[in-house]
Amino acid sequence: MSHVYTWGGILIVVFFSVVGDILIARAMKQVGDIHALLQRSGIWTVVGRILSNANFFLGVTAMAVAFFSLLFSLSWGDVSLVAPAAASLTFIGNAFAAKIFLHEKVDRRRWIAAVLVAAGVALLAG
Amino acid sequence: MTLRKYLVLAGVTVFAAAGDSLLSHGMKQTGSISIHHLQGVLLAILNPWVASGILLLLAFFASYMNALSWADLTYVLPATSLGYVLLALVARFLLHEQVSPLRWLGIALISGGVGFVAGGPALTSHAQDRDAKFPLLAKSARSGAPDSEVVSAGERASAASGRGER
Repeated sequence: MSHVYTWGGILIVVFFSVVGDILIARAMKQVGDIHALLQRSGIWTVVGRILSNANFFLGVTAMAVAFFSLLFSLSWGDVSLVAPAAASLTFIGNAFAAKIFLHEKVDRRRWIAAVLVAAGVALLAG
Repeated sequence: MTLRKYLVLAGVTVFAAAGDSLLSHGMKQTGSISIHHLQGVLLAILNPWVASGILLLLAFFASYMNALSWADLTYVLPATSLGYVLLALVARFLLHEQVSPLRWLGIALISGGVGFVAGGPALTSHAQDRDAKFPLLAKSARSGAPDSEVVSAGERASAASGRGER
């Protein structure tokens, strides 16, 4: 039963992390290049654009849910399983989601990178 | 890519690693959290290590959002994973802890992965999306770059930001 809780917790963390990352990435693309925007229009324009973006708030909410799910999962399951599994599955999930929802060109180079990083994180965070 | 952008990516790496370490240290002190005792969450947040960890993670979030405004998610994410490498190197060379061969393998894999991504363009998408949403921005970005589809979105984006910085 504790395995079900642990893996359920991991999947919830991964799901909300990916949703949060995708929404924040989309929001920041809609806001535009911050460096250029800061030079051209100043900090308040940047803050205003971010705070008026619905995707930003949805993304932050999803990330907050992911954060608290992680806190709960860490107290339920073994840290050496929960932390690396959640982190590395989030990398793979993000690569898929970025391709589907953000239309990023996840070419062979980036797939290899996602797999290498996920494997490396699993080894290091364990 | 300008020096400023590399610094933002470095901020993503360092703040994520430092924030996670402080948070993990604090959570070990507060002990387990039960769904039946939600006040445990509040106690955890009041722990100074957890609170400092959250502050650093906010700094990470600011750098992360900055980076995502000019680069792909699949370009920025490997930078966050470099934090694990940083922590392992600090453990080995500053704290003189033992780093197992499996962990060295992990470092090699992450570094290899980051190398793969860093060799490519920072931005591959959104040029069309953004052009549709902010036609003026797209127009000003294009006027600085040769009018050719061969020029990648990343180069167009850096042309735009380069002009902004002058």
